[in-house]
Amino acid sequence: MTQLIALLRVFSYLSILTVGGGLAAFPEMKNLVVNVHQWLNFNQLIHLYSMGQVSPGPNMMMIVAIGERVAGIPGVLVVLVAFFGPTAVLAFFIGRLWTRLAKWPWRASIERGLTPVSIGLLLAGCLSFARGAVTDWGTAVIAAIVFLVLLLSKINPAWLVLAAAIVGGLAFGPKIV
Amino acid sequence: MAYLRDGLVTKRRWVDDQEFVEYLAISQTLPGLNATNMAVLVGDRLRGMRGALAALFAICLPGALLMMIVGAAYQAHGGKPMVIAALKGVAAAAIGLILATTIQLGRKSLAHVFDLVFVALTVFGVDQLHQSVPRVLIVVGLLAILWYRPRKPKETAQ
Repeated sequence: MTQLIALLRVFSYLSILTVGGGLAAFPEMKNLVVNVHQWLNFNQLIHLYSMGQVSPGPNMMMIVAIGERVAGIPGVLVVLVAFFGPTAVLAFFIGRLWTRLAKWPWRASIERGLTPVSIGLLLAGCLSFARGAVTDWGTAVIAAIVFLVLLLSKINPAWLVLAAAIVGGLAFGPKIV
Repeated sequence: MAYLRDGLVTKRRWVDDQEFVEYLAISQTLPGLNATNMAVLVGDRLRGMRGALAALFAICLPGALLMMIVGAAYQAHGGKPMVIAALKGVAAAAIGLILATTIQLGRKSLAHVFDLVFVALTVFGVDQLHQSVPRVLIVVGLLAILWYRPRKPKETAQ
């Protein structure tokens, strides 16, 4: 029960930090689930987050796996409600208000001002994630290649991820021969 | 996002292009994932509160079930050396992917050199000063909103 309450508190807090995208909450998520509650270690968080990133559906859905790990099906339900509930309620009411405020001059200022801040939060999330994901030359090369290929072409990222999994298995895995 | 636009505007004609851009701006400004915020806004526009709830469930359910399966598989096999090695590759690819997505979003939505200052301040606050996201959001966010405050028509000179 205490674990469920902890899940509820952590994920409803993380929920309101996702300005610009789920990645914005990553540094705080790392701190809370790895350091404070020790539900999993940083490496496991990196693994789950990357799998969530490359799976269809909202990118932060990997939190379900954390809830499952900590408290089974009740954990999953608590995490889902805690994480998606608060922002959905907010989007619902602010959405109605916002449409009515179309002519309010500050509205444009708020959207304009929060755009660079949200990009900054996403970049900070990238940095925090990179510290766990890029740990040596091999991972740095994979990350750089994926980054450049995506910027320069329109290839489906799924192929790159699949290739990276195979290269990772071959390069970092136990020697088969 | 392109996929969402295609489904909502082109195929279903649930919202027109202008509404889509408007909802996208709200989705990105508010906390919450863009996809779920968008679902709530479009659901509400079409069928009120029930529509919003239905859209939210529909966008969450498949991914949630999938991640439960992935989580269980990871629980069972996540300790194997081969799995760890493959996931090390996947994590490296994921950082390439999210960095590319963030840069592309930035290129599209940042217009002014001062935007870069606010981006840098935010990154510095979270990543170097280890300030909590809400604190950085309030301080840098307010600063940026005030910087782009509504000007009197005289100043904006059309």
